[in-house]
Amino acid sequence: MSEKNTYLPYLMTIDKVTKEAPGVKTFRLKFQDEAEAEAFEFKAGQFGEYSAFGEGESTFCIASSPTRKGYIECTFRDTGRVTSGLSSLEEGSTMGFRGPYGNVFPLDEWKGKNLVFIAGGIALPPMRCVIWNALDLRENFKDITIIYGAKSVNDLVYKSELKEWSERPDVNMVTTVDPGGETSDWKGEIGFVPTIVDKVAPSAENTIAIVCGPPIMIKFTFPVLEKLGFRDDQVYTTLENRMKCGVGKCGRCNVGKLYICKDGPVFSKEELNLIPAEEY
Amino acid sequence: METKYISKSGIEQWFKSIVDSGKRVYAPVNSRDQIEFKRVKNLSEVADEYVQTTQSIKASVYPKAEVLFSYEKEHGKVHLTDFNPDSIPETVLWKVHPCDAAGFKPLSAIFNWDSPDKLHNAHVQKTSVISFSCAMADESCFCTSVNGSPGNLAGSDIQLTMLPDGGAIAEIVTPKGEALVALSPTVFEADKGEDKTKYLVDLPARFSLEEVNAKLNKAFNSTVWKEQSERCIGCGACAFVCPTCACFDIQEDVHGSTGRRIRCWDACGFGLFTLHTSGHNPREHQSQRWRQRLLHKFSYMPARLNVVGCTGCGRCSRACPVDMNILEHITSIAEQ
Repeated sequence: MSEKNTYLPYLMTIDKVTKEAPGVKTFRLKFQDEAEAEAFEFKAGQFGEYSAFGEGESTFCIASSPTRKGYIECTFRDTGRVTSGLSSLEEGSTMGFRGPYGNVFPLDEWKGKNLVFIAGGIALPPMRCVIWNALDLRENFKDITIIYGAKSVNDLVYKSELKEWSERPDVNMVTTVDPGGETSDWKGEIGFVPTIVDKVAPSAENTIAIVCGPPIMIKFTFPVLEKLGFRDDQVYTTLENRMKCGVGKCGRCNVGKLYICKDGPVFSKEELNLIPAEEY
Repeated sequence: METKYISKSGIEQWFKSIVDSGKRVYAPVNSRDQIEFKRVKNLSEVADEYVQTTQSIKASVYPKAEVLFSYEKEHGKVHLTDFNPDSIPETVLWKVHPCDAAGFKPLSAIFNWDSPDKLHNAHVQKTSVISFSCAMADESCFCTSVNGSPGNLAGSDIQLTMLPDGGAIAEIVTPKGEALVALSPTVFEADKGEDKTKYLVDLPARFSLEEVNAKLNKAFNSTVWKEQSERCIGCGACAFVCPTCACFDIQEDVHGSTGRRIRCWDACGFGLFTLHTSGHNPREHQSQRWRQRLLHKFSYMPARLNVVGCTGCGRCSRACPVDMNILEHITSIAEQ
C-alpha cells in the first residue's frame, strides 16, 4: 500500500536554540532526510505538530518565513508536558515534525496595501512568519506597522528582531508593555495593546490589519479597529485551538461548521462571524 | 447484487468454511450480562435473541487504542518504525446489525475527508461485513429516522434475513461478499422469492432528518442545550458505544528508550477535550459539549461530509447512566 501514514513525523535536528524570554525558546529545525528537506514547502500562516519523542505532540505555527529556505523555526513557551520535554532538548538532538497544515495568509491578495501587525505576548511567533515574508518582499507592500506588546519587558520575544525592525526606515515599529511591566530604561510605550492601537490609530484606507494574541486582547482590539474604520474583510487573525491530529479528524478544533486546522488557522474577521465566538 | 437462499445446515457449513479459511470471525456472544462482539470459532457461541450489543462494531475498523508508529531513541538519534498494514489479519464480522454496518460510511468519511487515513483504510480493506437484518427492536431504536432501516444494506457485504425454517435470504452486495460465498458456493441455493420485508421489524420514523437539520442550524443559542444536559455527568459512555463517534486523542506510551504513539478513543463530552494549556477552554460547560455532540452529528457532518453522524442504533440512550435519551432530545428539538 502506497498511502502515507499521516501521523508519522519527519525527523528533525535541532540546529539552533535561542532563549527568547523566561520559559520561551525558539528552535531552528533542519530535516534529517535530504529528500524530505528538498520536497518540503510551506506558506506563511501554516502550522505543524511538533514531537518530543517520549512526551507527545504539540501544535505551533511555523514561525520562520517561507522566504528563508533550508530550515523551519518554532517558538514555544514551556508550559505543559510536551513543551517541557521539547524545552529540555539541546542543539543537535532529534525531534519530530508533521506539517505543514492549515491555510495561509493571502499575501498575494495584499499586494499594494499597507499592513498593520498587532500582536500580544507569545502570539508574535505566528505573525513573525508573515512579517518576515512581507519584509523579504518589501516592494510588494506600502506602509508596514508592527504593534507588539507583552506583560513586561522581559516577556517580549524576538528582542533582537524587534530592535532590527525598529531600526528599519521602512517599518513603523511600536513596542509596548503592560502598565507595571516597564523597566527604568524602557523607551517604548506603556499600555495594553488595544489602547496602543487606538493611540497609534493606523489608517484603514487600503490597509490590512493582522491581529494575533490571547482571546482577551483580540476581544478588545477588534472594536478599536472597527472604530478606526476597518471593515471585517480588512482584519485577519490566526487561531490556535487545541489540536491533536492537525488534519481535521480528531474533532478537537471543530467550531461550528469549521475546523480551525483545515479552514484556518488564518481567518478574516468576516469569516469569524460565521462561527460562534464563544468556542474559539 | 444477487439474492440467494441458504438453509439452516447451509449456514452452519458456510460459517465453518469461513472459520476454516483462517479469517478471524467476530460475532455477538453472551458475555456476563452483556452481548459483546468477540472472536468466535463455532456458530454455537453466537448469541441468539437480543436487540443490540452493548458496544458497536466500530473497534474493528477503528481500534480503541492503536499504535500509529513506534520509535527507538539511541544516542540522541531516533529510529521510526511505521505502522504495517500487513499486520492486520483478514476479519469477518458476523451478525452485524444494519445500523452498525451503516456506521462504516460516516467513520470513513471522517477519517478520509482531508487526507487518506492509512490505518483506518487498512482495517476496512481487511474487514468483511455479514449483517443480519433486524426482526426485533426496542424503544431506543430509530434507524428509520436517520436514513436507515432494519433491512438497510449500506456497509454490508452480505446481508442475511432469517426465515422461520432456520434458513435465510442472502443478499450478496459487494465483491467481498461474493468472495465469502465462494468459500462454500454450493450452500447458496436459488432465491425462493420470499419477501424480505415480511421478516423485518416495523419501526415507524420518529422525526424528519431535514426538519431536525433546519432547526439545529438555528438552535446554537437555544436554552435547550442547558435544559437537556443538566443531568449529564460527562462520562463519555455515549461516545464510546457509538458506531460513528470518531474523536480521538494521541497518546505516548514510553518504555525506557523505546516508545509508541497511540491513537485512542476520546469524547467531545469530556471537559479536557478542548482545554488549552493556558487554562482557556472554548467548551467549558457540559451544555456546550452536549450541543457540540448533537450539532456535530446532525448539522456539521451533513454540511461538511455529506453524511449523518448517527445511525439510530440507540446505544447512547441505553448506555447513559443518567438516562439522557438522544431520540427524545432530537424529537423535542424537531418539535420546537
